[in-house]
Amino acid sequence: MKYKDYYAILGVHRNASREDIKKAYRKLAHKFHPDVSKDPAGEEKFKEVAEAYETLKSPEKRAAYDQLGTHPPGQDFRPSPEWGKQFGDGEFEGVDLADLFAGLAGGRHRPGQGTGQFRMPGQDYEVTAHISLEEAYRGTEVELNLTMPEHDEEGVFRRLPRTFKVRIPRGATNGQRLRLPGRGGKGFHGGRDGDLYLNVVVQPHPLFRVNGHDLYFDLPLAPWEAVLGATVEVPTLNGPVHLKVPQNARAGQQLRLAKRGLPRPQGAEGDLYAILHIVVPAASSERERELFRELAQGSTFNPRGRFQEELKSGS
Amino acid sequence: MEAEHAEAQWLTAECEFSLTELVELSGSSVEELRELVEYGAITPVNPESLQWVFPGQCLPTIRAACRLRVSFDLEPHGVALVISLLDRIHDLEAQIGRLRASEIQAQG
Repeated sequence: MKYKDYYAILGVHRNASREDIKKAYRKLAHKFHPDVSKDPAGEEKFKEVAEAYETLKSPEKRAAYDQLGTHPPGQDFRPSPEWGKQFGDGEFEGVDLADLFAGLAGGRHRPGQGTGQFRMPGQDYEVTAHISLEEAYRGTEVELNLTMPEHDEEGVFRRLPRTFKVRIPRGATNGQRLRLPGRGGKGFHGGRDGDLYLNVVVQPHPLFRVNGHDLYFDLPLAPWEAVLGATVEVPTLNGPVHLKVPQNARAGQQLRLAKRGLPRPQGAEGDLYAILHIVVPAASSERERELFRELAQGSTFNPRGRFQEELKSGS
Repeated sequence: MEAEHAEAQWLTAECEFSLTELVELSGSSVEELRELVEYGAITPVNPESLQWVFPGQCLPTIRAACRLRVSFDLEPHGVALVISLLDRIHDLEAQIGRLRASEIQAQG
């Protein structure tokens, strides 16, 4: 198994007091706990920190850990036969360091030993599934590859790979949770199997922005399209459609395309909103400049008319 | 290895759990769940009834409460306070998301 330096993970000396270990753990937990941290790597870091603290906070487990000696982190090692006799049964094949100490609850006790037929529920797991907006729209199937520590018949932890295919129904939105009953760790001595919880994260889309089941996108228009009105082709998650832009459209106005948003698991679809955005072209030819000059001479439009009105009303 | 097909359940208001079911699924005790209700961290759909029923989204909240209690060694009212503050952060993030979604993003 791979050696992990629990003291280095918590940033404490090997002779640190129990209180110092607790303080170091709390400081790191504040920083990395997945329920309070925004650090995307926080969850993995917190797992390491919690694993280190779980062993070092218990005097018995800490003594057993210290007796493993020191090795470079990540180096493969095997506990000595003496260590095995004192703390385990000498069977370390396929066992992770965390599992080894999880099995050492209060010293030599291993799950399933001593407590007779004590029912132990299986462990719950929580995983995040990243899906695209198109997948959320149509529904999708995700494959989850997990390594679950499980007890074998003798109560020893083993890490076993498990693969699940989970159907995510159409209309999932960001942050929605799914529960997969009985798909977590196996229960022991008649305890129920744990559950698997899936956290759906919809990845940002280059065109569409999501608000619940509604979608928004920017629709660029030429000034003459905005003034004269136009029928333009716009993208939707179900292919392009034609949208009629009314005359005298203004920047920032929203045009609603009903039921072109994300479907809801129960009920009607959300809407798609085009937010009008007027793009002023750089007049590159003499003919274009001429047309703009003509427009400037013929128009009474003053874009700064509001300045004078505001100054008058303020005086 | 052959993949197993798993049936999923949405944890939304449409799926409901009894107090007994939440105790079994979250690993919390009845007392701990009663305290979370008392401090306003979770709300049953029928607070006046003797047989409380909870909306599905309470389950992730209770699971978070369990993790926070264990990881930070918190008292029940401390757990409820953290849950309420996390809810406020989520609401504010959702509001920012709504505002960002409906404003012009294009430049130039």
